[in-house]
Amino acid sequence: MSKQAIGPIRRSFAPWDDPAAKPLIEYRGVTKRFGDFVAVENLDLKIYTREFFALLGPSGCGKTTLMRMLAGFEDPTQGDVILDGKSVVGVPPYRRPVNMMFQSYALFPHMNVEQNIGFGLKQDGMSKADIAVRVAEMLKLVKLEPFAKRKPHQLSGGQRQRVALARSLAKRPKVLLLDEPLGALDKKLRQETQFELMDLQQELGMTFLVVTHDQEEAMTVADRIAVMDKGKIIQVATPSEIYEQPNSRYVASFIGDVNMFEGKTVPTADGITRIECGALGMAIESEGSHKPAAGEAAWFAVRPEKVRLTSDAPPDAAGVNAVPGEVWDIAYLGDMSIFHVKLANGQVMTATRANISRIVDKPIGWDDKVWLSWDRNAGVVLQG
Amino acid sequence: MTAIDVAAPASDADTGARTSALGRLLVIGIPYAWMAFFFLVPFLIVVKISFSETAIAIPPYTPVFDFAVDGIAGTIAKLGELSLATYEFLTTDSLYWRSYLSSVWIAGTSTVITLAIGYPLAYGMARCPREWRPMLLMMVILPFWTSFLIRVYAWIGILSREGLLNKLLISIGLVDPAQPLVILSTTTAVYIGIVYSYLPFMVLPLYASLEKLDETLLEAAADLGCTPWRAFWQVTFPLSLPGVIAGCFLVFIPAVGEFVIPDLLGGSETLMIGKTLWTEFFNNRDWPVASAVAVILLLILVIPIVLFQNQQAKAQETGR
Repeated sequence: MSKQAIGPIRRSFAPWDDPAAKPLIEYRGVTKRFGDFVAVENLDLKIYTREFFALLGPSGCGKTTLMRMLAGFEDPTQGDVILDGKSVVGVPPYRRPVNMMFQSYALFPHMNVEQNIGFGLKQDGMSKADIAVRVAEMLKLVKLEPFAKRKPHQLSGGQRQRVALARSLAKRPKVLLLDEPLGALDKKLRQETQFELMDLQQELGMTFLVVTHDQEEAMTVADRIAVMDKGKIIQVATPSEIYEQPNSRYVASFIGDVNMFEGKTVPTADGITRIECGALGMAIESEGSHKPAAGEAAWFAVRPEKVRLTSDAPPDAAGVNAVPGEVWDIAYLGDMSIFHVKLANGQVMTATRANISRIVDKPIGWDDKVWLSWDRNAGVVLQG
Repeated sequence: MTAIDVAAPASDADTGARTSALGRLLVIGIPYAWMAFFFLVPFLIVVKISFSETAIAIPPYTPVFDFAVDGIAGTIAKLGELSLATYEFLTTDSLYWRSYLSSVWIAGTSTVITLAIGYPLAYGMARCPREWRPMLLMMVILPFWTSFLIRVYAWIGILSREGLLNKLLISIGLVDPAQPLVILSTTTAVYIGIVYSYLPFMVLPLYASLEKLDETLLEAAADLGCTPWRAFWQVTFPLSLPGVIAGCFLVFIPAVGEFVIPDLLGGSETLMIGKTLWTEFFNNRDWPVASAVAVILLLILVIPIVLFQNQQAKAQETGR
């Protein structure tokens, strides 16, 4: 598939598509073992200046280890970590131009907010007057001016998160590492803070590397996401590509809801992949960049919001991209409804419908016979 | 929710609170009663004796209160016989204030040495693999399983002229056999004895405060440009201060009044208030002076104890 726009484009910033661009951070064939456990396995990754990059995966997938190797708390067992053109393997954390915001915030309990924020500057031997100026600047940035003299235990969780952020930003690092930065906040505060983090990153023009297990958080803040599993990167792409063109069943199911079908590829004309799902008596036709060889087993994924739900068989479908079923469950969420439809082979398929009008002529109810159908470009053929 | 809904569990909680308040009073009351009978009453007797005068009698002081003989009026009359004479006497002889000063000095120096040895020990224990810690902790506590007196006696065998230490040093040629080291019966031996005996009291609170130190704080310090040495002084040490203070008081307070160690290991030049008190009581049979010495010792120690408790209360308040 050519580079056509999929989903909203945040801004025209895509150094990863430019072969001449020099990455700021590069992992080259990095492996990290803890005893017998392989945390990261032969991994390559490039992250560019000013990028907001997210490492996404379940706990134990190696994302935190990857970040800690950049911070200097771990060294790779094999391979190289390059920061700004120089290998940082063996360089102690206190000599690296990166700062980290810890998941637990790791604020010094015996120091007040000001002292916490100024701690890194003091280590650099900055003069007291300069520290005071920078600390005041940081306090303003995170809107904590009235709390300068408070100790961490006198602050709320959200305020502590801001102190931790200010402290890690105070030294103006080349890269800011954020380890589950919003994990300890409640949902509403988390959403607000996500947008603040994005604004802050744009304003400061810094490179941010965030580790998270929350796909929504990664989708919201990041320019690119690396989806990880068992020490490997499964896919690196922009949030919209990850959502619309997952390369594997793992990525497709990790991010958002998805309906997946297994079938056998049959020969077709150029640009179209045709998959026969024998169990459902249905054929799937899809346009897409990935085209498995004829005769191979293949997986097809389609998102619930791209599935049409109709009472009657769609005309001209003729068993292609259309399947009958029975409504099993309906969840009404206000803005939309989620339908669970049981197909002939027992598989339950999900379809969502935006509730665009308050009154529906022929509402679809429980146990109704319905048809599910979708366009050729609605879904994606998965690579693995 | 209706008012009844609220009221019912509230009254329940009320009776619950009342019984638990009674239970709490009992729980607190028992140790208080214990302290009153076995500490406060004997101490008041000591205070009373300190205001009496020596006499050649049994008991060896006067006046002796005896309600059965004197009745209330007689007892009140006898109160008039009490005097501050013994306290005045304490000021006339330099022996007493020199003993106090020397005790405080020896205890203070020993506390500093104990801290210097105990801190690295506790730090090493708190930083070693988790599965080793119970064993190391056990090794710190293990000496308590032997009598304190026996352990101090054992030091005589080590430190004497023909002791293990001298034999070892002579055998490796560090010490001239004709002139063995004289350690026993010197103040040095007292320092060794105190530091050895009280080391666990320093290590345990230090270990407790170092063990709960969050290691990500050290990672954060390193991340912000702090070398390990600076991270120790800026993060680890300040956060272990409650343990340092607790350990110092636990060593200093009992060391000031120590009697067994200076008596067994120290020589005649080692002046400690515990020894002075012993001499007054058993050799001179001067109970009033011995009591006065004890009362003043207690007053001296009350100051650090109050400081200690203030510090503990402050530590509780900040939740650290």
